[in-house]
Amino acid sequence: MNEPLILGIETSCDETGVGIVRGQTLLADAIASSVEEHARFGGVVPEVASRAHLEAMVPTIRRACETAGIKPTDVDAVAVTSGPGLAGALLVGVAAAKGLALSLDKPLYGVNHLAAHVAVDTLEHGDLPKGCVAMLVSGGHSSLLAVEDITDGVQPMGSTIDDAAGEAFDKVARVLGLPFPGGPYIDKAARDGGDRLYVTFPRGLTSQRDLERHRFDFSFSGLKTAVARWVEARRRDGEDVPVNHVAAAFQEAVCDVLTRKAIDACKDRGFEHLLIGGGVAANSRLRAMAEERCSAAGIAVRVPRPGLCTDNGAMVAALGSELVRAGKAPSPLGLPADSSMPITEVLNK
Amino acid sequence: MLLAFDTSSAAVTVALADPVSGEILASSTTVDALRHGELLAPAIASALSAAGCTPRDLTRIAVGVGPGPFTGLRVGLVTARTMADVLGIEVAGVCSLDILARQSSLALPVAVATDARRKEIYWALYDGPAADGSRRRLEGPAVDKPADVAQVLSGLPVIGRGAVLYADALQAEASDLEYPSAEVLAAGVATGTLEVVAPEPLYLRRPDVTMSGGPKSVLPK
Ligand SMILES: [Zn+2]
Repeated sequence: MNEPLILGIETSCDETGVGIVRGQTLLADAIASSVEEHARFGGVVPEVASRAHLEAMVPTIRRACETAGIKPTDVDAVAVTSGPGLAGALLVGVAAAKGLALSLDKPLYGVNHLAAHVAVDTLEHGDLPKGCVAMLVSGGHSSLLAVEDITDGVQPMGSTIDDAAGEAFDKVARVLGLPFPGGPYIDKAARDGGDRLYVTFPRGLTSQRDLERHRFDFSFSGLKTAVARWVEARRRDGEDVPVNHVAAAFQEAVCDVLTRKAIDACKDRGFEHLLIGGGVAANSRLRAMAEERCSAAGIAVRVPRPGLCTDNGAMVAALGSELVRAGKAPSPLGLPADSSMPITEVLNK
Repeated sequence: MLLAFDTSSAAVTVALADPVSGEILASSTTVDALRHGELLAPAIASALSAAGCTPRDLTRIAVGVGPGPFTGLRVGLVTARTMADVLGIEVAGVCSLDILARQSSLALPVAVATDARRKEIYWALYDGPAADGSRRRLEGPAVDKPADVAQVLSGLPVIGRGAVLYADALQAEASDLEYPSAEVLAAGVATGTLEVVAPEPLYLRRPDVTMSGGPKSVLPK
């Protein structure tokens, strides 16, 4: 049998993504981003994102089909992020996917954005391991998930109790006078001679007492405040702020907690694979530290290339493809956009 | 076959019509302000199957472009655009207030006022009907507080949900024409008696943005 040809649509935040895959082969990953429109506000403005999705949708679908060298009528199924995410933004993608599925008379799969971040790795490294811990870290999420079979669902092990990891990067970048989104700029500042040990910033939820209740949870709010406090005190005393050192020390604190807890989660489940996804997975220090610590612990790390870690349509198509290959029943045309779709739900029925 | 729908109001309204005569073959309207995204596609599928058609039989799509609350409005527009693009057919946009004006059978100039939320209305003024039933828009569409435009609208029959919600402020008698009708949209586009525009949303408002200031102080004062 020919592998299914899947078109996936992603609009949960500020990227309009349309990806096309055949089986586990990536054919196209077209993206239109409204990030520049949000940059001056220091965060994503939902209505601005929704308007941009509407304008970008048809051109992005066309671009994806051209790149893949297919006609929309060739598609076997349409997959779309139906949650979680910004309600108004999700709705544009879901309505577009329905318009396609309806016009083409093809099945529709409303899928979970977080599960799609996991499934995207099939495009880079083939079938997912039979059991793995997935750590998703981005501006919107910071979760540890246990994944046995992605098409059956994932089990949440822990998540942030306040800010997402990527959010902490954005906020600290702002404190340091670096642009939005903060992740890449902090990474670069740290690499440009930053001393990771210059200051020791707090590691959230790692004390013995916290571990009892929050073994696999994260907290980055205290860290963010500690950095802001440190910087502000320096400025108040009329001293220079060593941006590179602060960036490196902050990044070290984030990566330390993330990798420690991820490895602990693998050990807890007896899994020998750690998969990292989400925009923060592009962080060079996180990749290096995960490699180093996991190899010492006998755990294999899988991280898709940076372009697949951030939000995109390919990840949605990848998950759709796994669901089709597993023979899962599609979603109804009445599929809602569910901004708070639970992580345990991979497919919206 | 002409497919018409409008999601600019609390109603999701869909009609399938003969593209030349405008004769209605199937239609439905459901009022539920929070579920445009869920209701529209199944309503289109039902209309198609009720008329014994498939999407490939569609030759044109007509869609209301608002003004209307943004989230629902976009559902109609993105559905029209994606369907038309893959089917290789044209989308005719129509100002949703024009559809309502066309619904009035009064042989008089009329005003249209719809619910813009935040205690405001979307409104427009129309001439009396021509022989073919078409009406010329004289003013609008615009968005304002009812009290601020009561003067402009005074003395005219006011059509649309806004007239129901703000009957007192507008000193208007509420009409029973509250929401745009896809049947009227389909017939008007088929017969060329509704003005066709590009399928671009009429938001009439800038997006709400809360500008974030500089970082807040975290040091104890
Ligand atoms: Zn994401």
